[in-house]
Amino acid sequence: MSEVRERKDYTNGPLCLSGRGVTRIFGHGEKANVAVDHVDFDFHEGEFVSIVGESGSGKTTLSKMLLGLLPISEGEILFQGKVRDISTRAKKAEYWKGIQAIFQDPFASYNIFHKIDSVLLDCINMRGGKNLPYEKKVEMMTEACSFVNLKFAELTNKYPFELSGGQMQRLMIARIFLLKPKILLADEPTSMVDACSRATILDMLLNLRDEIGMTIIFITHDIGLAYYISDTVYIMEHGKFVEYGKADEVILNPKAPYTKRLISDVPKIHEEWDLSTVELTDDY
Amino acid sequence: MKQILRNIFHSPRFVVGFVIFCIVLLLSFYPMVSIFTPMEIVGSGFHAPGTYVNIKSTIQSRSEELKYVGAAGLSNQFTAEELGKMQEWLVKYGGIDQAVVDEAAENDNAFLELWLSTYSDDVQYKATQAYKREMQKYNKQILRITATDSLEIGEGDSTITVKSNQFVNVKNISNRVTLPLGTDNFGADVLTKLTSAIGVSLKMGVMAGAIATAIGLTIGLLAGFLGGWVDNTLTFFTNLFTVIPSFVILVLIANSISQAGRSPAMVSLIIGITAWPWTARSVRSQVISLRNRDHVNLSKLSGHSTARIIVQDVLPYILSYVIMALILQIGSGILGEAQLSMLGLGPSTTTTATLGLMMNWANTFSAAQNGQWWAFVPVVLAITLISYSMNLMNTGLDQVFNPQLRD
Ligand SMILES: Nc1ncnc2c1ncn2[C@@H]1O[C@H](COP(=O)(O)OP(=O)(O)O)[C@@H](O)[C@H]1O
Ligand SMILES: [Mg+2]
Repeated sequence: MSEVRERKDYTNGPLCLSGRGVTRIFGHGEKANVAVDHVDFDFHEGEFVSIVGESGSGKTTLSKMLLGLLPISEGEILFQGKVRDISTRAKKAEYWKGIQAIFQDPFASYNIFHKIDSVLLDCINMRGGKNLPYEKKVEMMTEACSFVNLKFAELTNKYPFELSGGQMQRLMIARIFLLKPKILLADEPTSMVDACSRATILDMLLNLRDEIGMTIIFITHDIGLAYYISDTVYIMEHGKFVEYGKADEVILNPKAPYTKRLISDVPKIHEEWDLSTVELTDDY
Repeated sequence: MKQILRNIFHSPRFVVGFVIFCIVLLLSFYPMVSIFTPMEIVGSGFHAPGTYVNIKSTIQSRSEELKYVGAAGLSNQFTAEELGKMQEWLVKYGGIDQAVVDEAAENDNAFLELWLSTYSDDVQYKATQAYKREMQKYNKQILRITATDSLEIGEGDSTITVKSNQFVNVKNISNRVTLPLGTDNFGADVLTKLTSAIGVSLKMGVMAGAIATAIGLTIGLLAGFLGGWVDNTLTFFTNLFTVIPSFVILVLIANSISQAGRSPAMVSLIIGITAWPWTARSVRSQVISLRNRDHVNLSKLSGHSTARIIVQDVLPYILSYVIMALILQIGSGILGEAQLSMLGLGPSTTTTATLGLMMNWANTFSAAQNGQWWAFVPVVLAITLISYSMNLMNTGLDQVFNPQLRD
């Protein structure tokens, strides 16, 4: 874990996901709540982007819109340079081959009535492996599980409730490993798992980026963590991006008062970062 | 699954409800062993519960003379004190002169005549219950003594004489009929009819409940999961059916279908298609709370169709709730049939009885006014037990399932 990663500059690659004036308003009239307020962004291929903000700032709402799970009230999203079109089911299915997600609560991410094999088998089917022989499927699932330090033989035929939160979340990453989407949206994926799994999960996300060149949009409320692992950070306050830029620039030279406050809440921000301090200081 | 079943059967309420329900269900198999068919006319009109023996068979059975009536007159049957009490009654409440009574007391026959012409159990007089009962006892004894006449039955050579001290051992009478709950206005055995009606009503309840639950579940799932205009339209119809009292719709539909068309199946259908709104509404709200859960989102991201997501990712989560709703719907289906039948809008059939129809008949033939309790009390009890057991099972299931639903 402590080996120094080679920091390639991913922030100038081709654009893969952009937004122009993306807005989401819940309710109408008096009770209207602008959860995401005219945000613009450009995410590049292979870039590790963190969206940082306090609870309720609209991070999850934005991620649901990016995933196409929640309609956009205003604005547009561009996918690989073109305006995103997910008007039909077929187009949606195609879009979801390119963008996938890991959610915050691993316990709520599984259908408790299905064996966990079905989650991985769905991925193989989605990648066109429906007619592969079963042995081949098992081989693929085993490989995916070993990528996240899990043993498929121990997990097969089990139900989600037989796994720990950390194991469930790692299995979610195994799912991403099988799907190999262009973009991964990870919405606070480590906030509900044990400290031990947390470091492993972050490491695996970085591996996914380095090995597959996946764009990772990492949502967190922990600016210290964002500084440690991302290329670019977007700071979100009340549905607006108040500041964004390269992680070093934003966090070492914050301009917005909100960013300064977030940073001052985290001890030791100016010291050398390694993952052990992340584990010690995180306050999930 | 096993664990859930074990939890359910550890809930005392559910177990009690289940046991009551099973007993009622078992009762509905009684017509299979009963010697009567449900609609068979056994007697002529109402007969009280009891064991009935055929008079002819009684006469034909081997008889034995029981000599309990002493030949030695009244003094052999009553003590002097008891005789004194009877004389006292004749004077005090019978309105007979003391002198007349005294004179009659000299002669057994005269006294018996005087007693029999004056006393009757129906005579109203003011005295303690104990005293009245004592007098009734003496009267019974006197009636036995005096019933010494023989009865001639038959004509010519086949005439037989039945003496009043001739008795037959009840066991030897071959032709006996036991009617534990008597007969109803048609003279049908109430027990057989009631148990067959329980079976029919349960079937009708299950059918009505299944129809209501199926409609409610489908509408609730679609409205809750799809949202948007589908939700608005379906909610509009649900509210429409809720605002107009379903009973009014029930009466209107039942009324517009001809008498002959109202078979039990048709009546269940009518009840079923008016009872779904509350199931639809509660399923809808459950689905709304589920449709934004991450496992549903993940299923969407995995490219599953809406139909598959509804069936596999939403339905299993509300299944326990649906079962509970089904149980309640079955219970209210049975009550609905009873209500409709009481209004004369129930199944019109002369071949099957339902609990509601039995109530209706008992009402039409004024069983309650005439004290023929056996014609309606057991029916009311059956309806009450069925809905009580359904409610118990439902609250039992609620206790087991709800902590799980909320997590
Ligand atoms: N489905 C919804 N309906 C109404 N309001 C919502 C909904 N989802 C989120 N919100 C509101 O949007 C705002 C942002 O929420 P969210 O995106 O979950 O924030 P975060 O993920 O940053 O904690 C909050 O005020 C929340 O109450
Ligand atoms: Mg959130």
